[in-house]
Amino acid sequence: MFSLKWFPKWSRENPKDIYGPAILVGALGSALFVAALIVTWGNPAETSTMQTGPRGAGMGVTKFVADRNAVDASVEDYTSEEPYVPEEGEDLAKDVYENVQVLGDLTEDNFNRVMAAITQWVSPEQGCAYCHGDGDIDTYASDDLYTKVVSRRMIQMTQFINEEYDGHVGPAGVNCYTCHRGENVPSDIWFKRAPVLESVKGWSANQNFATAQSSSTSLPSDALEKYLLEDETVAVHDLEPRAVNEGTPKIQHTERTYSLMNYYANSLGVNCTFCHNTRAFYDGEQVTPQWSVAFLARSMVQELNIDYLVPLKDTYPENRLGPIHKDAPKTACKTCHKGVYKPMGGMDMISDWPELATTEAPVYE
Amino acid sequence: MIEYQNIFNQVQVQGPAELGITNGQGIEKERGGTPFFSKIMGWIGNAQIGPIHLGFFGLVSVITGTLAFNIIGLNMLAQVGWSFPEFLRQGFWLALEPPGPEWGLRMPPLDQGGWYIICSFFLLISVLSWWVRSYVRAAELKMGKHVAWAFAAAIWLFLVLGLFRPVLMGSWSEAVPYGIFPHLDWTTAFSIRYGNLYYNPFHALSIVFLYGSVLLFAMHGATILAVSRLGGDRELEQIFDRGTASERAALFWRWTMGFNATMEGIHRWAWWFAVLTPITGGIGILITGTLVDNWYLWAVEHSFAPAYQGEYGYEAYIP
Repeated sequence: MFSLKWFPKWSRENPKDIYGPAILVGALGSALFVAALIVTWGNPAETSTMQTGPRGAGMGVTKFVADRNAVDASVEDYTSEEPYVPEEGEDLAKDVYENVQVLGDLTEDNFNRVMAAITQWVSPEQGCAYCHGDGDIDTYASDDLYTKVVSRRMIQMTQFINEEYDGHVGPAGVNCYTCHRGENVPSDIWFKRAPVLESVKGWSANQNFATAQSSSTSLPSDALEKYLLEDETVAVHDLEPRAVNEGTPKIQHTERTYSLMNYYANSLGVNCTFCHNTRAFYDGEQVTPQWSVAFLARSMVQELNIDYLVPLKDTYPENRLGPIHKDAPKTACKTCHKGVYKPMGGMDMISDWPELATTEAPVYE
Repeated sequence: MIEYQNIFNQVQVQGPAELGITNGQGIEKERGGTPFFSKIMGWIGNAQIGPIHLGFFGLVSVITGTLAFNIIGLNMLAQVGWSFPEFLRQGFWLALEPPGPEWGLRMPPLDQGGWYIICSFFLLISVLSWWVRSYVRAAELKMGKHVAWAFAAAIWLFLVLGLFRPVLMGSWSEAVPYGIFPHLDWTTAFSIRYGNLYYNPFHALSIVFLYGSVLLFAMHGATILAVSRLGGDRELEQIFDRGTASERAALFWRWTMGFNATMEGIHRWAWWFAVLTPITGGIGILITGTLVDNWYLWAVEHSFAPAYQGEYGYEAYIP
């Protein structure tokens, strides 16, 4: 009969250390298998580096290829429409409609074109009614809805940005969609958050707690309000190598600037070396051209917050205000950038919309 | 051949518990706890746990250390409104922070850094008592005081960070927060604030000794394991009565790199590398902000921060 009894017998008579070779063969085999998978299927965690400076200086932004190639659906959904070049004697919006305070000098066609686009960009679900209410067209002049009052101010803000801060937003420019992306309220707005901790006061109270404002770090959560709403100095270095400690910023200020810089980097999907040569963070002689662009952005954001967004506080209903301090929603880098260093991939947002490019009369070409 | 399959120790010996020496005057009464054996601990060291010698300084150290630890923990818990889920969620983020700069070297109210000062006081007592304990235990056992002095090197760095430098800077706000992420933030901010600590020569020395310690530890551990089949693991016997294990280990390194340490000297190498890590690091921290305020500019002044030649040409890189 067929029997397997020979095998245990043979094993007993021929003792062998099978564990050593088995581990070796198993380890080598597994390594070979994984290597073969990576070669044939590709590395799932592949990275690529965008070089940002001369080689040997560690200047590069490394990302997962999957993240770098990720498609932002909101960019695909963008709609735009070329302007109608006005002809002699066309009716102007201020003559046709009542209570047109900002875009009154537009021809009726262009005015309606802008209105339709804003609807697409900001309230595609609710349509015109989001700002103008459910009434007939003859009630559209009413300023009863806060959304309309805010929109008017936001149009002025957009014109201001394109006109005064071309150095930051040019040549792509911005329009409503750069921030709104089809949402009534843009993503990544911010509210005052500090103090974040109970039972402590002063320096202790504004840090050591993961919040959106601190980009989930334990750094201070009041950086945005100190630097982008108030005007606290960002520079923390002493430009004399020898110690002169009077009046130079403390380590706590440094942590707060670090929080702000962390927010910048996360908002733009880059790292420190996108703007700085990290061997001397402060040195204007060694920074990249992007540093000046970002530097300009800080005063832009301060102006937007102080002149445009904060004064709207009393216009908003309760549910649009901050959860803790009942403050107006504010803007910062991420509101536009949404994690990429060129919002909308650097797409031209302004050529089609001369009405939003200037506070003066639009120039059609 | 039957052998133990374990992590570090090839053989695990368990017999009657070793209770330690007596002197006929009852010193064994100072030791507490009934010894027991742990097979798991035996994998990585001696399987016998206890007895332990607590003594006066041990007791002081444990009590003050526990107080400091609990002050930190309860402060963290209070900061999140005594919510345990939030305490667990934010545990790595929370900290007991030193007082703000406005307080200088004064005692601030408890909720603005006062607890930090109290906690630091207890921590200082605890650490120093533990040092005394390590010294006294060594003296009682008629040992050299090498462990105590090595520990003192670490305490030097601890004192520089939490006591000497804050006093010289005139503010408790210069001290390091007690928290997991917050102390790391402090470290980064410290480097940035003082113009890049990598240009601090004492920081560089400290790194040399730190990585050097790692390298020496690996070389020595590997050498001894490699000659343990010749009795090399009996290091003390080999020091006094050099045998084939020592000879071969010495030959290996001499033929590999032309030089070899000795069976005794390698331990001096290791000890000095280890203690010089915090000693040089502590000097580097102590002179930062007190003597030098911007290490990058200091390095430029001393011609060891190199300048790039010509333009950076950054424009060419980012689309």
